[in-house]
Amino acid sequence: MNAKLRRSALYVPGNDPSMIQNAGIFGSDCIVLDLEDAVSIEEKDSARLLVRNALKSIDYGDTEVIIRINSLYTPFGREDLEIIGRVHPDGIRLPKTESAKDIKQVDRILAQIETEEGFEKNSIKIMPTIESAVGLFNVFEIVKASKRITLINFGAEDYTADIGAERTREGKELFQIRTRILLAARVAGIQIQDSVFSHVRDIEGLIKETKFIKQLGFDGKSVIHPTQIEPVHQVFTPTREEIILANRIISAIEEAKKKKSGVISLDGRMIDAPVVTKAKRILKYAQAAGII
Amino acid sequence: MVVNRIGREIPKNIQGIGKLKPYEGVFKKTALGVKKAPKITFQKRGETKIIDSLKQAVIKAGVRNGMTISFHHHLRNGDYVVEMVLDILSDLGIRGLSIVPTALFPVHQSIIKYIRQGVITSIQGSVNGPIGEISSRGVFDFPVVLRSHGGRARAIEAGDVEVDIAFIAAPSADTYGNLNGIDGPSACGSLGYTMTDAMYADKVIAITDHLVDYPLSPISIPQTYVDYVVKVEKIGDPKGIISGTLEITKNPLRLIIAKKVVEVIEASGLLMDGFSFQAGAGGTSLAVAKFVGEKMEKKGIKGSFGSGGITGYFVKMLEKKLFRTLLDVQSFDLEAVQSLKNNPNHLEMSASFYANPHNKGCAVNKLDTVILGATQIDKDFNVNVNTESGGLLLHGIGGHMDTAAGAKLTIIATPLLRGRMPIVVDKVITVTTPGETVDVLVTERGIAVNPARSDLIGKLKEAKLPIKDIRDLNKEAYNLTGIPEEPQFTDKIIGLVEYRDGTIIDVIRQVV
Repeated sequence: MNAKLRRSALYVPGNDPSMIQNAGIFGSDCIVLDLEDAVSIEEKDSARLLVRNALKSIDYGDTEVIIRINSLYTPFGREDLEIIGRVHPDGIRLPKTESAKDIKQVDRILAQIETEEGFEKNSIKIMPTIESAVGLFNVFEIVKASKRITLINFGAEDYTADIGAERTREGKELFQIRTRILLAARVAGIQIQDSVFSHVRDIEGLIKETKFIKQLGFDGKSVIHPTQIEPVHQVFTPTREEIILANRIISAIEEAKKKKSGVISLDGRMIDAPVVTKAKRILKYAQAAGII
Repeated sequence: MVVNRIGREIPKNIQGIGKLKPYEGVFKKTALGVKKAPKITFQKRGETKIIDSLKQAVIKAGVRNGMTISFHHHLRNGDYVVEMVLDILSDLGIRGLSIVPTALFPVHQSIIKYIRQGVITSIQGSVNGPIGEISSRGVFDFPVVLRSHGGRARAIEAGDVEVDIAFIAAPSADTYGNLNGIDGPSACGSLGYTMTDAMYADKVIAITDHLVDYPLSPISIPQTYVDYVVKVEKIGDPKGIISGTLEITKNPLRLIIAKKVVEVIEASGLLMDGFSFQAGAGGTSLAVAKFVGEKMEKKGIKGSFGSGGITGYFVKMLEKKLFRTLLDVQSFDLEAVQSLKNNPNHLEMSASFYANPHNKGCAVNKLDTVILGATQIDKDFNVNVNTESGGLLLHGIGGHMDTAAGAKLTIIATPLLRGRMPIVVDKVITVTTPGETVDVLVTERGIAVNPARSDLIGKLKEAKLPIKDIRDLNKEAYNLTGIPEEPQFTDKIIGLVEYRDGTIIDVIRQVV
């Protein structure tokens, strides 16, 4: 399991200087400066330059800075990548990824930029977004197409339109895509974030959906408004009981290691590798929430 | 020129104003002598105070060229009275008036023509927006004297300002001059800003659109202070007098600031039984009030009082018994007006009771915490609320310097930047509130504590709040915006910022 915490990714329109300037202060784990859907065609080039300059001049601290470029199937995607790659974002969110070929193309361009600019090899990550039936069909190849891939997510609107599903607040229509890309993510050992919950004022609905995707195994969720960050983080914050149990599990294995005992048990229950992984994960989230 | 305690150059003397005393430090200036007394005026049995028209009333009051007249802003942006009075005085050919408003609002723009015509030749009081701007462009021969609410009450009581005629807009009046603000079609709530003028002006004219039989009940301004009562059709527009339900900010950046403010208050250790608190009516302040209320409720804390301009959020806190009392100098919304009318623990206070440093004790001295804004704050924690980045005088002082001086914990809550202007700067253009009375600055990008408050630094560190040096916040701001160009001024002084004790903390110059 990748160690980075990615509970939330805040979308910020790439053409809004004031929001770009403040994107880092709301406490999300990642920010996604968006050159795609948030930016109209007339503003594509100015937004690209704005985001480039923001990356050059604004210190976002520990926040992971991801740029959603335009799809490589549009006239803008290639140039987005060329310009943005040179200011070294943490990651490129690649919308409408449909095949391993898409990833390989981005990988090649980034590799060249890294060489030319003297950046560390493979340091710019790729984060594909699955938004179509074809993309979902190919997802197992996509996640394995580059070492750069650390995170995957999906776009609910485009996907449901593509497969002909009805889009509801409840989101049952997303079950297939959620579980399939989750499985692909785990096979590849990468992280997975859920799509956005677009009803900004419905915080209860957001919490319900976040609880559900956490239960499925997701690592986090994309959000479209700063007020959505805290509720999402709350869902990903372990309870006191979970933390206590996790701590006991970790001490139990440490104790067992000291005694060189092979089989470890706690309260009569066997502690094996997956239990330890889960316990570590709980402590990591607790630490991130500042409660331990 | 002399340099005052905070390093600002103050002239020794100004023509038309007289000798100036430089600011010496927050509680350094002692007051001596006696208070001003108004002229004796009285009523014989059978005489009436009701005058048929405002014109007759001003003539009876002996209005003359060059007089000093006062107004108050309890009708806020709905006020008709200022314009009504000045129309009549202008028609009568009166010139050279000095006006002493507690504040002026956008609705008062119409008086600009009277400034240009020479009906008004000086202002002592808050000048906002367009009137501030023409002042900054040098329209007056003598500088505008800016005073805080407490400072204005002090100046009137001390006789620094002698008001010849006070015009009081009265939402409710009886035939013998008893007044209140809670009844009638133009109800506004507290009449706190008018009280000192009623007591110290030589003549007092009440203007009402709701005349009732004698005696009125309850009474805010008693008959013993009022010379004449004039009934007019309307004293104001209710839509501009009272705001609808005020909402907390929805701006996520300001919500972050509000949350941090509450964390600072909690960490300070002041949030316990007996807690007293003041926050204004801006969106961030309202959010702080709401969050503080929630925290008090959760922790079972019973506060003593909330004060200042009162909003529905404070009323709710009173009703939930989170405060025993509200001390109300100005009621912002309908809930506040209703509460002042119906709740015996919601008390009306005068501006002098609120904030005058030279009476026998003002409410701000009993404040634990106040939340204030800023147009600029500098590395010495000096705050500017008067001039904007371009150097124009656009805002009044309100109770800013009063509450800052009085409260145990003064918090400035402001974004680091507004648009592309840095708010945390190297040196403020104008000092309104001295840094020695400011304890904490809270921005969305960090909290800075005045180094003089080492006790507080310790407490905030203990609570693991992210404290930054104010100089680093300034650097962060400049990194984002660049260093702004200084506005260009002429040598002409167009405004004096009078500290609440009557000394001069800063001067404002004419913008080129």
